[in-house]
Amino acid sequence: MKRVSAWITYLQVAPLALIFLLFLVVPIATIVVVSFFDYDTTRIIPAFLLQNYEELLLSPVTWRTYLQTIEFAAITWCLTLGIGFVVAYFLAFHVRSATWQTVLFLVCTIPFWTSNVIRMISWIPFLGRHGLANTTLIKLGLIKEPLEFLLFSDFAVVLAYVHLYTLFMVVPIFNSMMRIDRSLLEAARDAGASGWQTLWNVVVPLCKPGIAIGSIFVVTIVMGDFVTVRLMSGGQSASVGLMMMNAMSLLQYPAAAANAVILLLLVLFTVAAMMRLVDIRKEL
Amino acid sequence: MARPPDIELVALTKRYGETVAVDSIGLRIPAGSYCCLLGPSGCGKTTTLRMIAGHEEASEGDIILGAENITLLPPAARGTAMMFQSYALFPHLDCTDNVAFSLKMRGIDKDTRRGRAVEMLKRVHMDSYAARLPAQLSGGQQQRVALARALITDPQVLLLDEPLSALDPFLRIRMREELKALQTRLGISFIHVTHSQDEAMALADLVVVMNGGRIEQAAPPREVFNRPASAFVAKFIGGHNVLPAAVARATGDGALVAIRADRMNVQPGTAGDAGTTSLQGVARSVEYLGTTVQIGVDVPGLETMSATVPEARFDVAPVRPGEPVTLSWKAEDVHALGA
Repeated sequence: MKRVSAWITYLQVAPLALIFLLFLVVPIATIVVVSFFDYDTTRIIPAFLLQNYEELLLSPVTWRTYLQTIEFAAITWCLTLGIGFVVAYFLAFHVRSATWQTVLFLVCTIPFWTSNVIRMISWIPFLGRHGLANTTLIKLGLIKEPLEFLLFSDFAVVLAYVHLYTLFMVVPIFNSMMRIDRSLLEAARDAGASGWQTLWNVVVPLCKPGIAIGSIFVVTIVMGDFVTVRLMSGGQSASVGLMMMNAMSLLQYPAAAANAVILLLLVLFTVAAMMRLVDIRKEL
Repeated sequence: MARPPDIELVALTKRYGETVAVDSIGLRIPAGSYCCLLGPSGCGKTTTLRMIAGHEEASEGDIILGAENITLLPPAARGTAMMFQSYALFPHLDCTDNVAFSLKMRGIDKDTRRGRAVEMLKRVHMDSYAARLPAQLSGGQQQRVALARALITDPQVLLLDEPLSALDPFLRIRMREELKALQTRLGISFIHVTHSQDEAMALADLVVVMNGGRIEQAAPPREVFNRPASAFVAKFIGGHNVLPAAVARATGDGALVAIRADRMNVQPGTAGDAGTTSLQGVARSVEYLGTTVQIGVDVPGLETMSATVPEARFDVAPVRPGEPVTLSWKAEDVHALGA
């Protein structure tokens, strides 16, 4: 009897295990294996070489690109966290009726009904040299020359990131905030806490798991991104994703794979560091 | 130490739009007394407490503490402290930091405030749990920490919102004793909101029975029980039969009278005692409660009457459900009720 039930347990676990195996373990294993392969202009050659990693780690371009990517991730993280927290706070604590909360929450998600690329491209007519922003500012007499930094710049890249990913911060933080017992805020007020003191000593600590989850989303997405950087910087900025993309277009799959492994390790360490700071299991 | 101040509520009113939650109540709570606000849910007792605490704005009227009008002051400036119904301990802070919270808000340095918090935890016998998080404590322990947190500001009045309702019955009675002992020791006023008449009777120096936003009666517990002011009070505190004065053949202005259930005599059969007033009915239920037996009697045209009979007296003339019985009482046990 016991033997049978053990088999049934394995059977129940099997589908999920298979999915993980097929779509997570096998691809990653392939990438790791390929990252040690040799290649020339037309083909990849099975081998076990450290050359791909050597070339990558010894090149100053790699280091610059990684620094640039980390910089994008850090700036985007700060901005999305700031904006996301404020929006979530407004939704959770200032909007009193549950209906309005739902309505406003849906309004936040509406941009997500269109494709990522469309949302980015729609910035172009707005930010361009003769775009809406520049024309308006010139007509208002605030500037004489069009502002060049608006489009095809790091500014544009960060702007697009913030636009695209703030919602990933809003949702988990909002979720954390909704779990805060409102009597805690009253208890804080009863103890003489001012609004800011309550925010800092009660709301923020209790939102930490939501902040951590949102941060993991934003940081991992930005670190792996290449479309936004290419479109919004007009090819003037680089990112690790773009680097891999270039390698692949030259059929240098092993080089791209080695880069992917390094990026994966970097992201894993970042996430591990966040998880050490905050126990997100409370939120799941 | 100066004598703690009295609290006075003057024509205190709370409206939510059209609905009146608290309707112009007036009450004086003498210094150092244990006051219970008692009533069914929605009677305005919690709103009253929250107005005293400053968590609810009064629509009209004043709250006076000692010589000071505190109606418009923020909660922490009133000299009151509140203990919340679910205790509202901060889940991310350990017991010490929970208790020290208000000191931290005042900018008192870490060592001083944690030291004072541990002192306070000692007073509620929770010092050995100082490093635990609220989630690692039982209900009774959480309550003690919440008490310590409320008391660390040296309030002149402690406000308790249904403090015992989250506890199991056994613990409830123990914490009840502890609350009373603490109040006696501290000598400050406690205002305690409850819907349990047992709790109010056991604890209070002053019971305030509320209904529909008004005070029905404010008096010491014995007076509330022996001379309920209205039919509502008599029914709510229990242990009374309320019946029309004409039926009870009583004299007085009121249309209704109350007779304590334990002053009722129940005889099998239909013969009444001489020198008493009596009613005929049919026993509906007989519940054995240990020292007493509770008998419910259906009397035509009246609500079910109840009689509480000591076990020994019940054994002399036992009654079974379905049997005809005679209820009787002495004229001096009839209490005329106000309107």
